[in-house]
Amino acid sequence: MLTATGLSCIRGERRLFAGLDLAVGPGEWLHVQGENGAGKTSLLRILASLSPPAEGEIRWCGEPVKALAEDYHRALLFLGHHGAVKEDLTPFENLTLAAQLDGTVLQEESALQALARFGLRGREDLAVRFLSAGQKRRVLLARLAVRKATLWILDEPFTALDVKAVDMLSGLIAEHVASGGMAILTSHQSMPLPNGKVLKI
Amino acid sequence: MSAIIAIIRRDLLLAMRRKSEVLTALFFFIIVVSLFPLGIGPETALLRKIAPGILWVAALLATMLGLSRLFAPDHADGTLEQMVLSPTPLGLLITGKIVAHWLTTGLPLVLLAPVLGIQFDLDTGALGILVIALLLGTPLLSLIGAIGAALTLGVRGGGVLLSLLVLPLYVPTLIFGAGAMEAHIAGLGAGGHLSLLAALLALAVFFAPWATTAALRIALE
Repeated sequence: MLTATGLSCIRGERRLFAGLDLAVGPGEWLHVQGENGAGKTSLLRILASLSPPAEGEIRWCGEPVKALAEDYHRALLFLGHHGAVKEDLTPFENLTLAAQLDGTVLQEESALQALARFGLRGREDLAVRFLSAGQKRRVLLARLAVRKATLWILDEPFTALDVKAVDMLSGLIAEHVASGGMAILTSHQSMPLPNGKVLKI
Repeated sequence: MSAIIAIIRRDLLLAMRRKSEVLTALFFFIIVVSLFPLGIGPETALLRKIAPGILWVAALLATMLGLSRLFAPDHADGTLEQMVLSPTPLGLLITGKIVAHWLTTGLPLVLLAPVLGIQFDLDTGALGILVIALLLGTPLLSLIGAIGAALTLGVRGGGVLLSLLVLPLYVPTLIFGAGAMEAHIAGLGAGGHLSLLAALLALAVFFAPWATTAALRIALE
């Protein structure tokens, strides 16, 4: 269970938001909405403990995330604007190396399965720079299928995806939430998934 | 531990896919070192005298060349964020990156230096000291350079700033590294200089990853 109380964020001279409270429990997901520049990405980075909030506190299962550090990281999967996908490596290498960084070992079969699920069959051994923007995004999303994390924080996960991939990703998120996971995401599209909460900033 | 090996493997793999970056630094080293004997001519006594300084200065500059690319690509594509959020402590992952940097830039210099040293009419003993001093000194250059690269990450005009920041910090390495060879050539024995280099390396192995990690956390906020 992730709770945040009294969060505020200051960028330069501007106060983006203040006194923000939120709570996401098992089997729930949170849709963060707001205009461009409202501070959605800043909020997600704060929740992922990448940057500290100006005020307020974030707790994971009752403990402050600062104190948890690596235990929180183990439960968390954060996908930001930048994909953390290396252009010179193949989708397969990207996926296995990302898993090793997460401290897990990814079997070759499950990696290939995840890539096939996202329509990248036959492109496992092609350097990512030869793929289209949407396909690069799919490489990134394949991580969702292989990484076991309780809390997903996804920043604009639907960018550059085609209709089929959007459906696939919605299905993946629904599956994750239904099995007791949590998800926080930003998107300008409406998301017809059950158990959703909306946060407007 | 497996995460460190993974990051070393990844960086070596990336270096293999982008050979030009590694080879540029290496050819820079070869050319700069070779220009001096060509310019000065066959005055062996003078060449022997200037060899330590030239080889070491060229090694410093060659290491500097790729330093700004140590963290910048990872910063740009979001890999650094994922490293911060990894369950493995960031300091260990950074150590892995520094090891990979040394393997791709430092180690080739160590292997090439004795071949280039022949141009300066150095005897086998002096070449041996050169290799040992570089083996101790080049990891030190990577470790110190990583602090500078992390501090200048995301700063506009960071490349120039990086040189201004890091080159003064390289001075002790240069003095003891070149000093070891000079002492050997003068017949004084290089033991003292090499011990000091090793001591500096031991210090840097402990403190440089820690300082680099702190600088990277600030850069990411």
